[in-house]
Amino acid sequence: MALLPPPENWDKEKPSKDEKTWVYIALFSCFFMFFWMIGWHIFGKQNTSFVSYKVNPMEFFQLHSSFVEKYKIGEKNGVPVVKPPPESDVILLARMWSWSPILVLEKDKWYTFHISSLDLQHGFSLQPVNMNFQVVPGYDHVLKFKPTKEGEYSIICNEFCGIGHHLMIGKIIVIADGETPEKYLGEIKTEKNDFAEKGDFNPSGK
Amino acid sequence: MFRKCDITGFEVDKRGEALIKVNAVFAVVFFLVAIIAAFFLVLTRHPTIHLLPPHLYYRFLTLHGWNALLFWIIFFEIAGLYFGSTVVLNSRFSSPPLGWLAFFLMLGGALLINYTILQGKADVLFTSYPPLKAHWLYYLGVLLFAIGALLGVILFFANLVVAKREGKWQRSLPLFTFGLLTAAIIAIVTLVSGAIIFIPTFLWSLGIIDKVDPENYRIIFWGVGHPAQQINLAAMISVWYLISYLSVGGITPSEKISRLAFLLYILFINLASAHHLLVDPAVSPAWKVFNTSYAMYLAVLGSMIHAYAIPASVELAQRKRGYRGLFTWLAKAPWGNPAFSAMFISLVGFGFIGGVTGVMIGKEQTNIIHHNTLAVPGHFKGTVVIGTTLAFMGITYYLIPLIFRRKIVFYSLAKVQPWLFGLGIAMLAISMLALGYLGVPRRHYDILFSNAPFKHEFNPAMWFFWALFVIGGISAVLGAILWIFIVVLSVFFGPKLKGPEDMQIPIVPPPQEEKRNPSHSSILSPGTLTLIFIFFVWFMTYFFLNWKWLSATWYVK
Repeated sequence: MALLPPPENWDKEKPSKDEKTWVYIALFSCFFMFFWMIGWHIFGKQNTSFVSYKVNPMEFFQLHSSFVEKYKIGEKNGVPVVKPPPESDVILLARMWSWSPILVLEKDKWYTFHISSLDLQHGFSLQPVNMNFQVVPGYDHVLKFKPTKEGEYSIICNEFCGIGHHLMIGKIIVIADGETPEKYLGEIKTEKNDFAEKGDFNPSGK
Repeated sequence: MFRKCDITGFEVDKRGEALIKVNAVFAVVFFLVAIIAAFFLVLTRHPTIHLLPPHLYYRFLTLHGWNALLFWIIFFEIAGLYFGSTVVLNSRFSSPPLGWLAFFLMLGGALLINYTILQGKADVLFTSYPPLKAHWLYYLGVLLFAIGALLGVILFFANLVVAKREGKWQRSLPLFTFGLLTAAIIAIVTLVSGAIIFIPTFLWSLGIIDKVDPENYRIIFWGVGHPAQQINLAAMISVWYLISYLSVGGITPSEKISRLAFLLYILFINLASAHHLLVDPAVSPAWKVFNTSYAMYLAVLGSMIHAYAIPASVELAQRKRGYRGLFTWLAKAPWGNPAFSAMFISLVGFGFIGGVTGVMIGKEQTNIIHHNTLAVPGHFKGTVVIGTTLAFMGITYYLIPLIFRRKIVFYSLAKVQPWLFGLGIAMLAISMLALGYLGVPRRHYDILFSNAPFKHEFNPAMWFFWALFVIGGISAVLGAILWIFIVVLSVFFGPKLKGPEDMQIPIVPPPQEEKRNPSHSSILSPGTLTLIFIFFVWFMTYFFLNWKWLSATWYVK
């Protein structure tokens, strides 16, 4: 009785058989869905990470600079192109409004990504596979990725980060055996040009 | 102080009634603001139309979020809480002056927020994630609004206590008020979380403290942001029960189970803060799995119970009137009653679109393919718009004659309005969900990346869904404008209601017990059981599809 008090003995009434059946089916599917998530951690290949660190944005920026310096193979549209060895740590820096560097990865190899932001929150949205993770300043989001298919991938920012939010886009290139990144990126500028010393890189992001 | 309603027989406290009216009227005013913003947003979000420049897009998005998601709904809910705790119980309003104080605090807060947004001093979107910072007046507005709403909720409890003490209810509340009680309890938890996080954020905006940890903010903010939607859920379901009762005399098949389902909300639904943190650093997968599932999906169980109980209440009443076939009860339902059609579209839309997608977005791993894509707003168009907003629109058709004592103008248009709005929003929600699956981000001005250093091309199938997005969006805007038009004209200029003979929208009393050959089958509601089985098949199909899509992505751990 939506508008009037229920009958005196409402708590003694037996529910009908059809409603009871439905409640049991619903309850069973709830438990099923819950244990499925745990099962996916054991058997599934896509899970969120158990590891993250607190990090000072300035320190993260320095990590990024030395990472870029170590593995840089060129530059595209002013963004360094970096090819880290498989199984290694990869530093990906988000800031208003760019992703750095462009990564060249090998297909079917694991990489440990460290993703963080210099300024605001950003969204790591890998397209077209459509994998999305939150990037929070002060936190190093550690994610182990294994690319399963070669190709050109975009990193879109999908957390609002100010007026230039929609201009923020980066690239990841996944190469199969025997392929070169040029296949996807075209010409890469290769003169030795130390990114970290360019001087127009303002870590405070203002 | 009291007037006796010549239609329902309720004793109505006039001081409480004035508060119900003023809150409901301002709900509609803020709804209008939200809809105007929505019109521009639909036509800006389409990648080739771009009606607004980028800065205005983000500004209108902030404005739309606050007005649609908070002001419209909370003002209406406060009106609903006052209605459920005074009129329904034939009781008096505990403290009208405090009711007015709550109203002015909320109004002041809402105006302050809208003012700072329109001034361009709070382009931070609804979530205002630090270190993104707005003007301090914005946070002050949030606090004032939250305190006002909290006071309103406390007055609801006070009304219940007064009514109990004065013997207006004895052992159990009517189910509608019981559902509102659930909403009010959730609201207290929500609003207290709001105070916990917005007080330091306000101080930070003034420069008194130098930092708000962004991850802490996210955790506590979503203790407001998501549970606020669960207030809407509980209020919406209460309204569904009420409309079923008013329009066909529907009574829940089991008071016990329906109340248990509300209880499950109170116990578990506030864990949903986790829904927004599933791909965040700093919180562990164990925490995510437990919280996102509301402790083994026990709140989802509550919703699935209501999804059965409400159509079953309609079916049982209709069967007693002699409609025997599997779906005759539904075919012969009062579809010409705009409240009934609004309720039914709201129920089906909420279940099939909003609820099912919500479960899948809210799973720890499948969130990876949803987080911050357009599928997220697609999901909540399916819950809070087709669900809550449409349900509230439906019940308004009863409030106009019963509370405002006016006839509904253009009643024949009112019969079309729920369909126009409901189907429009359904199209909008489905297209946003599909676009989200194609990877299109939410809150993004230009997915063609015209001026960006690199390009990305989404699957060209998106153009079909963008067309659907605009068609659905525009018809929903028209449906909303039509509703506002009918409500405003009726309330302010409609002919005065003289008595029961002026009621256009029927109130149907519950049917008498079946006279001729009562059915002896143990299945009382075969039609609802069939419908819920179709729903279940859809739910499970969608469940496995999502895992299939997820398994096609890169490996990640």
